[in-house]
Amino acid sequence: MDYPHLEVNNLTFQRSGTKILDIEKLSINKGEFFVIIGPNGAGKSTLLRLLALLEKPSSGKLIINREVIDNSSNRLAVRRRMAMVFQDSLLFASSVFENVAYGLKARRYSKNQIGKRVRDVLVKLSISHLADRKASELSGGEAQRVSLARALVLNPEILLLDEPLASLDPPTREVFRTDLIRLVKEEKLTAVFVTQYRTEAQILADRVAVLIDGKILQVGTPEEIFNYPEKEEVARFVGCEILVPGIIEVNNEGLAIVKVKDNEIEAVTPVREGEEVIVCIRPEEITLGIDSKSEERTSARNKFLSKITQIRHNGILTKVDLDCGFPLVAVVTKKSAEELGLVKDKEVTASFKATAVHVIRRG
Amino acid sequence: MNLIIEGVKQAFLLLLEGDSELIQITLLSIKVSGSAVLISMSIGIPLGLLIALSDFPGRRLAVALINTGMGFPPVVVGLAVAMFLWRSGPLGFLNILYTPVAMVAAQVIIAFPIIAGLTLAAIQQLDPRLSLQALALGASRFQVLLTLIREARLATLAAIMAGFGGVISEVGAVMMVGGNIKGQTRVLTTATVMEVRMGHFAMAIALSIILMSLVFAVNYLLTTIQQKGETPWITHIWK
Repeated sequence: MDYPHLEVNNLTFQRSGTKILDIEKLSINKGEFFVIIGPNGAGKSTLLRLLALLEKPSSGKLIINREVIDNSSNRLAVRRRMAMVFQDSLLFASSVFENVAYGLKARRYSKNQIGKRVRDVLVKLSISHLADRKASELSGGEAQRVSLARALVLNPEILLLDEPLASLDPPTREVFRTDLIRLVKEEKLTAVFVTQYRTEAQILADRVAVLIDGKILQVGTPEEIFNYPEKEEVARFVGCEILVPGIIEVNNEGLAIVKVKDNEIEAVTPVREGEEVIVCIRPEEITLGIDSKSEERTSARNKFLSKITQIRHNGILTKVDLDCGFPLVAVVTKKSAEELGLVKDKEVTASFKATAVHVIRRG
Repeated sequence: MNLIIEGVKQAFLLLLEGDSELIQITLLSIKVSGSAVLISMSIGIPLGLLIALSDFPGRRLAVALINTGMGFPPVVVGLAVAMFLWRSGPLGFLNILYTPVAMVAAQVIIAFPIIAGLTLAAIQQLDPRLSLQALALGASRFQVLLTLIREARLATLAAIMAGFGGVISEVGAVMMVGGNIKGQTRVLTTATVMEVRMGHFAMAIALSIILMSLVFAVNYLLTTIQQKGETPWITHIWK
């Protein structure tokens, strides 16, 4: 199949006169695990509800398998080719079996077919023992498994997932995530997963779309999105804490010198001389040294004498805010921070490679 | 005290003998109030759903009217129905005043706001995302509505019980529009009032026992359906 499974063209959605979504183009391929990330209020859930045909767009086209879905379409028939799992399990006040059987009953499957399919999916999700349990008696993780079973039992072409892991505790989330990937791949489903958590996108996605303020700002593989954000807003959302404006002074076959305030940073970029840019250096790419020997040991092309302006402990990691004429943030383990004796106002050398510098065109 | 004991004794004798008038009055009560509740359910539940799930100008007024309807004095309902069905009234041509049909009409007006009002409140208590979830699992709109009623079944059945209780025990309206005609429109409540007026306490007590038993039987049946599979969730309070 060389056409997208799910396609959105010039889609807008307004609520009370406010434009919530404005998406020029979005294509999702068959069998793809597609993750939409964005901050709270970006319009992610609204987009998913539009894709699930639970809302009607203000304008634009939704195309599924080359079929344009409009007002004349049999929306119920199209909806029955998909299934959606929400952030909260939203189980009905009945048994687990009845919950999982719900969509099959709506489609008027025979009792035998329902029994077989429900039992099969409960086995796949390792929740057969819960079949007769009342939904209200389940733990959060169990309830969300039932919610996923309720969608998977329908054998949908497209599985839509609206932050289904958000309300789970970390260990449960991890197990659930592993099972989710396995089942989606086993069943060869097209999955659209919405989340505000970057880690989930990195783990789950074949491709990622970044949705901010109702607009898709970038679509790409997790590596492209997280290492090479194309826009300042994307860079900020994917974890580049420090974004500094600069100008390309020289570009010699891809190795450029970027003027940032009074400093020069070497960067690998195709951006041409004279262009205004934003320089983005991820905290994990920066190495800190406290003596001249450590400076010599590193092969990094960028080395800056810096002053520590703040130390922020965050679990086993420590973030170190630096001033080297422009702001930088480095991240080290708490143990390293202690060994290096990192304290406020101490002078250190911050080093990073030219390949670690990501350059974004401004505007 | 003797009067009461004697009355109770005679009442049981009447019940055991299977007094034909008693049976006829009981059956008519069941028929009239049963029909009224069924009609009220078919109006009240969809109306409650519709108002709970829609937004329209005047919605708040509609809710207030239904809530007011829940407290309608039966006598006022009886008066209104009687005036409409009076020979010279707007619906006089139907010629149904002093018939069981008029009694059903009056009881519907009493019961349907109770059922609609309580259904509306029950549906509004549900998580609004449940309907989205049902749609997202491929339910049709009608199936979603049935799902919501099922989700609110505890409160919806309570609404039906309240509606039935409201009409089976009501006397003012059925007296006004039915006329308590022997063999035609005499029901348990109107008959009880009449027997007390005549000093026939044994018959009045027998009628009351039947009325109470009937109310209990219907409520027990509905409660059994309502509580099926339900376990009390506040047991830990008593531990």
